[in-house]
Amino acid sequence: MPELITIAPVTRIEGHAKITIHLNAKGEVEDARFHVNEFRGFEKFCEGRLVWEMPGLTSRICGICPASHLVTSAKAGDDILAIGIPETAEKLRRMLTLAQWIQSHALSFFHLSSPDFLLGFEADPALRNIFGLLQHNKEFTRKGIRLRKFGQQIIEFLGGRRIHTPWAVAGGVREPFTKEERDKLLEWYPEVRETALLAVETIKKIHDTFKKEIPAFGNFHSLFVGLVGPKGELEYYGGNLRIMDSTGNIIADNIDPRKYYEHFGEASESWSYLKFPYYKPLGYPKGIYRVGPLARLNICNRIETPLAEQERKLFKKLAPTTESVNNSFYYHYARLIELLFAVEKVEELLHDPIILGTHVRSKAEINRLEGVGAAEAPRGTLFHHYWVDENGVLKKVNMLIATAQNNMAMNRTVRQIATHFLDGRKITEPMLNRIEAGIRCFDPCLSCSTHAAGQMPLHVQMVDADGYILDEVRR
Amino acid sequence: MAIKTLTIDGDQYSAQEGETILTVMRQHNIPIPTLCHLEGLSTVGACRLCVVQVEGIPKLLPACTTRVEEGMVIHTATDKLKKYRRMIIALLASEGNHVCAVCVANNHCELQELAYQVGLVRVRYPYLFPKKSLDATHKEYVMDRNRCVLCTRCVRVCDEVEGAHVWDVAGRGINCEIVTGLDDAWGKTETCTSCGKCVMVCPTGALFEKGVTVAEMEKQKGFLKYIITARQKKEWVSFTDGQ
Repeated sequence: MPELITIAPVTRIEGHAKITIHLNAKGEVEDARFHVNEFRGFEKFCEGRLVWEMPGLTSRICGICPASHLVTSAKAGDDILAIGIPETAEKLRRMLTLAQWIQSHALSFFHLSSPDFLLGFEADPALRNIFGLLQHNKEFTRKGIRLRKFGQQIIEFLGGRRIHTPWAVAGGVREPFTKEERDKLLEWYPEVRETALLAVETIKKIHDTFKKEIPAFGNFHSLFVGLVGPKGELEYYGGNLRIMDSTGNIIADNIDPRKYYEHFGEASESWSYLKFPYYKPLGYPKGIYRVGPLARLNICNRIETPLAEQERKLFKKLAPTTESVNNSFYYHYARLIELLFAVEKVEELLHDPIILGTHVRSKAEINRLEGVGAAEAPRGTLFHHYWVDENGVLKKVNMLIATAQNNMAMNRTVRQIATHFLDGRKITEPMLNRIEAGIRCFDPCLSCSTHAAGQMPLHVQMVDADGYILDEVRR
Repeated sequence: MAIKTLTIDGDQYSAQEGETILTVMRQHNIPIPTLCHLEGLSTVGACRLCVVQVEGIPKLLPACTTRVEEGMVIHTATDKLKKYRRMIIALLASEGNHVCAVCVANNHCELQELAYQVGLVRVRYPYLFPKKSLDATHKEYVMDRNRCVLCTRCVRVCDEVEGAHVWDVAGRGINCEIVTGLDDAWGKTETCTSCGKCVMVCPTGALFEKGVTVAEMEKQKGFLKYIITARQKKEWVSFTDGQ
């Protein structure tokens, strides 16, 4: 009899979701879906507010990556004011974005994903977390926590607080950076660099340990989308969009991010609050694409900083030269290469005297009735698109969130892992954990992408063809 | 002028005839919360935060509008009064759309400060989430009715100090709203001199400068005392807030 297995809530991700696995009469996996069951409504209730308020409002979308929303929203504001921001402000915003990458990427690896890798998928779920990891390897865990703290500290120095700072504004930033703060960060830097390198070395060893799992961990063809710099380098704040296919061909390049809507559409399904963005020329669902670290590392020609560039070259060798790195498991490696890049780049910025400038904010009236901001959030490209009236009051808001853009890919990953690891009708905990781990590759942030609150629960249901729940596991 | 003697919270004070209870309390640094009251503007007794108990009188009286009488025995901080003050702030919070975390006046807001002062830790009343409008038509300032507590300071300062009388209150009961002109868009009123006095006396983030972001709107009220002193005494002395 056909059955349905439900994993709810999915744990150690940011937000609420469940996974359902549909089995046919033979007990084989027919379909698997990643359902996001939270709803936020930011796009709607921001209507009627002022464009100047949007960075502060939208940074409240998320407690993990508020700085990404803040910067992207401020950029949309710059576009509406139609002004260039002071050079110091841009460099400081860049530093904030990198700090966001450092803290979020460190959180994803050390706190959320590494327990699976270092303790094993079969480890006791009660211990398979950051606390279990602390018991297992105190020094490693402590370094990871401190690395995240470094990112948070930069955010606090710049914005006055670690979470939900309103510091970036349309026209620049509110406060300059001080020499004392810079010196404290430079003093901390050697430790941070060492931990970033340790993380990269650790994930490479993990690749050897999980040789059995990796081939079926979201290994499929899709497009890759992200921003690249003027010379095709890895970009995080500015640049233009590049779209690459699974064989490494650039199918669209140099796309002004302000025209994102010409290239990407959003489909909806009745079983999830998370939309399904797709690449318009290929339609839905063929236009499946991935964003985030794996995409960024695939599409860029090079990385500006030496240690990260060295790792990028090794990353590229994970796939034949005729292919992009298509396996979603390598999101982790790509993420840690980006972490290393962010750490190196922050040091470079800290040595740049311009960051100590005091002119950091330009002011202007409403000069355009429409504005788009785009930046690379830790999980992928983030777009904020606002329409205002001549007084700066928002008439319409559209936000295209990184996690949403990975929605189709996450569903594909869940289906692949379920098909590969599910044997018959017995739900085993390690099996379920592998499916969750598939989701964690993408480090999804569901609070952001649905524009909910609380922790991530995991709930798996086994449902027959008539919709009756035959077995259910919750935790 | 006759001198009146009275008792406030067990201590005896003397006051001049015609003075209000609030004036005497402020003279002697006896704390009491106020919201609609602002030194330099007329008194309306609208917010009822400064209500006190006077022995022999069954109802509560606002300290800002009640004149001292000989032999009055006044209590200003009983449990009942404290409870009522918390209720007033809770009702103000529930009937508007006050979201401190993203408000331009966060950390510089009198309503927020009063909530701390009266010990408001939760609002038991259901939030009404009223659909209120925002007027950004003025070149320099914005009016957000979501954050207005109808203290009418803007109405009074514009009428009594600036002399323009741009502001008024329209509607009845819970539907009352502040309006500019004859309910025209603020940017379209011919009477507004763009002096900004209304913005500076507004206790919340209802009136603010265009372009400010979260927690950036600090209100400087020293100008009011400066103008009043200059007019009444022909002395031009600057005052910073609270002095």
